[in-house]
Amino acid sequence: MEIFWFLIIAVVLAMFFVLDGYDFGAGIIHLFYAKSEKDKEVVAKSAGLFWDSNEVWLVAAGGMLFMAFPTFYASVFSGFYLPLILVLWLIIFRAIGLEFRSQFNYQMWKDIWDKSFGVSSLLLALFFGIALGNIVRGVNLGVVEQGVSTHEAHFFFLPLWNSSFSPLTENPGVIDWFTLIIGFISVVTLTIHGANWIIIKTNASINSKLKNVIFKLNVTLLVLTIVSLVCWQIVNPKALSNFTEKPYLLIFPMLYLTGLIGLFFIKKFKKDNYGFICSTLLIIGGISSSLASLFPVLLPSINDVNESLSIYNTAASEYGLSVAIGWGIIGIILIFVYMIVQKRLMGGKIDHMDYGH
Amino acid sequence: MEDMLFYDRLQFAFTITFHYIFPQLTMGLSLIIVFYKGLYLRKKLEKYNDAAKFFMKIFAVNFTMGVITGIPMEFQFGTNWAKFSELTGGIIGQTLAMEGMFSFFLESSFLALFIFGEKLMGQKLHFLTGFLVFLGSWASGYFILATNAWMQHPVGYEILDNGKFVLENFSALFTNPWLLPAFLHNQMASVVTSSFVVASIGAFYILRNKNIEHGKLFLKTGVIFGLVSSLLVAFPTGDWNAKNVAKYQPASFAAMEGIFETEEAGAEIVLVGQPNMVEKKLDNKLAVPNILSFLTYQDWDKQIVGMDHFEAEELPDNIPALYYSYHIMVGLGTIFIGLMSLSAFFLWRKKIYTIKPLLWAIMFLVPFPYIANITGWYVAELGRQPFLVYGLLRTADGVSPTVSSGNTLFTLLGFVALYMLLGLLFLILVGKTIHQGPKHQTH
Repeated sequence: MEIFWFLIIAVVLAMFFVLDGYDFGAGIIHLFYAKSEKDKEVVAKSAGLFWDSNEVWLVAAGGMLFMAFPTFYASVFSGFYLPLILVLWLIIFRAIGLEFRSQFNYQMWKDIWDKSFGVSSLLLALFFGIALGNIVRGVNLGVVEQGVSTHEAHFFFLPLWNSSFSPLTENPGVIDWFTLIIGFISVVTLTIHGANWIIIKTNASINSKLKNVIFKLNVTLLVLTIVSLVCWQIVNPKALSNFTEKPYLLIFPMLYLTGLIGLFFIKKFKKDNYGFICSTLLIIGGISSSLASLFPVLLPSINDVNESLSIYNTAASEYGLSVAIGWGIIGIILIFVYMIVQKRLMGGKIDHMDYGH
Repeated sequence: MEDMLFYDRLQFAFTITFHYIFPQLTMGLSLIIVFYKGLYLRKKLEKYNDAAKFFMKIFAVNFTMGVITGIPMEFQFGTNWAKFSELTGGIIGQTLAMEGMFSFFLESSFLALFIFGEKLMGQKLHFLTGFLVFLGSWASGYFILATNAWMQHPVGYEILDNGKFVLENFSALFTNPWLLPAFLHNQMASVVTSSFVVASIGAFYILRNKNIEHGKLFLKTGVIFGLVSSLLVAFPTGDWNAKNVAKYQPASFAAMEGIFETEEAGAEIVLVGQPNMVEKKLDNKLAVPNILSFLTYQDWDKQIVGMDHFEAEELPDNIPALYYSYHIMVGLGTIFIGLMSLSAFFLWRKKIYTIKPLLWAIMFLVPFPYIANITGWYVAELGRQPFLVYGLLRTADGVSPTVSSGNTLFTLLGFVALYMLLGLLFLILVGKTIHQGPKHQTH
């Protein structure tokens, strides 16, 4: 039962990063590559039409986590208090940037909200990567000081950083050199993903240039991936033991690798959506590999006093989980129906779509 | 620790108050939009379609605001109320997760289609998408009320040795006697807000002598919906809720009604007065004898227990705030019924469009249903104090154990600043939409 809900939530989270990921990426492209007003408008629109239905996946993942693994939800949300609230503020800035930019035809107004959209997209992509880095690195559960827990075993609190920026200390911060590397991977991945989305969804003049950008970013990504694997070994020598013990889990890193290799052929793709499929594989592969490397742990403990949070010691009652499967399945079927309807009616390029048209 | 609790509560109160400005309009307005779209399908008059699309623009702005101020609400359960989340997540997580699955997806998917898809889908499908948006927004209200109902009157649970609440009976969450009255009351109140918004925009157009045809339509719709909903808010739904409070939370009932001493034979209803917490009495009291006993139990002489009957730690911790919230809500509700009855009378006599003072009154009363809705929620939330889960889990025991008060104060200040900006932008946008009027087509 715990495994079932773990899988469902993992899928919902992956959906969130795939879907909202492209509009984060669009924001980053918007910040660095969209120069003409026409491109800026159409790139913003390629995110603006979809961000709110995409962010519902985040709300859904949060709700399910709350229901299925309440102890984990409580521990992680309070432990990462500051970064989470910053993420909330960034989400708000991004949304108002998107919603307000075209409300007044006044250049300075548009510039302000464009920057608000672009910069918060960039920072959010960075923060989501850092978050993933924190999860795989682990935290000081129970806030152990000199071998004694100062709080209940499943609670912790992380400062944004500590002065050494090192993941190897007793009390690492949210931002250290390891989580930053994962953050950069996230930024690069989502930028590629966003660029692919813009190529599919718009006729922006930068589209042909974006393929070059994707290629270059992909080289960067390859380097970062290798660096992160080495660092991961340093931070947690047992990081890859799950894969050696259960070789079938290697399917997840294979997904990532397929996406990564595929994107080197971006300029040769005949269809626009091949690139998007590759970057989707990158995201799904990246998230699923990280989760698979930990499984069944959800949040490793970096001290010897308290045990890691796993799907077993943080789950809700058996009855609650099983009754939720009933409505969960109905809900998921409905969601896919909505998605198909929406896709059929709003497929294609969006350049000329507008209120009432 | 004291500080911590205070900042946590203040942050939640501030963010939820600001958040609830938006859903209360979207829930009621979606009903009115569906009504206009339905009228258009039957009568084929362009003005009805204009009205539906015009209010959909206002709806869309509110919806966006609702989403971006709503995500922090869900997060805060974990960030600021971690202990509460840990102990009760197995139960209220059910209804909150269902809200995400059954209403947010529905609402957000079909809102985009309603706004962008009229030409693509044809009128009947367009009506259907509007209806689904309405359904999604009301379902959202239902699941939130189901969550709140459990906190007000917990059912279907079992408490383990480690203090965790576990779900024992799923269907009990939805047959909770607290749920239906609270849901209907809340939905009717949101229709009141929306009716006032619609009527007030209508009054504004008539007074400005602009978009007269639409203005008259909006005014008429607003007054009719407003009269019906403001009556339904009071009776039967409000009455039904008050009886639930009297039955399940007698301490809160005494506090909100301002009854300091138990009245053995027939309790009076307080109209005006200020709670004096030192002398435990009401200053400047104006009351009508025996009415409260009659309203609550249909018996003029029935005893109603006062606050003297309870230990201090069972009573809400801010009695004056609870008392004022309740009296402001009831007072405003009464004014709404009066104004809407008067307007409906003149609407029936076909004179309303020329009575300027009445139009001015309708236009300027628009903030008050918002105040009534929000004070209504204050009654529910302050009345439940000092508990998070009534009678079982104290508010002080629900906060995050590792988050310090300095961090919470920092984020509270951030929210205040950010929400001021949001509020300003919101007003600019809605003002712009109203200024452009229902005839305006975006290129």
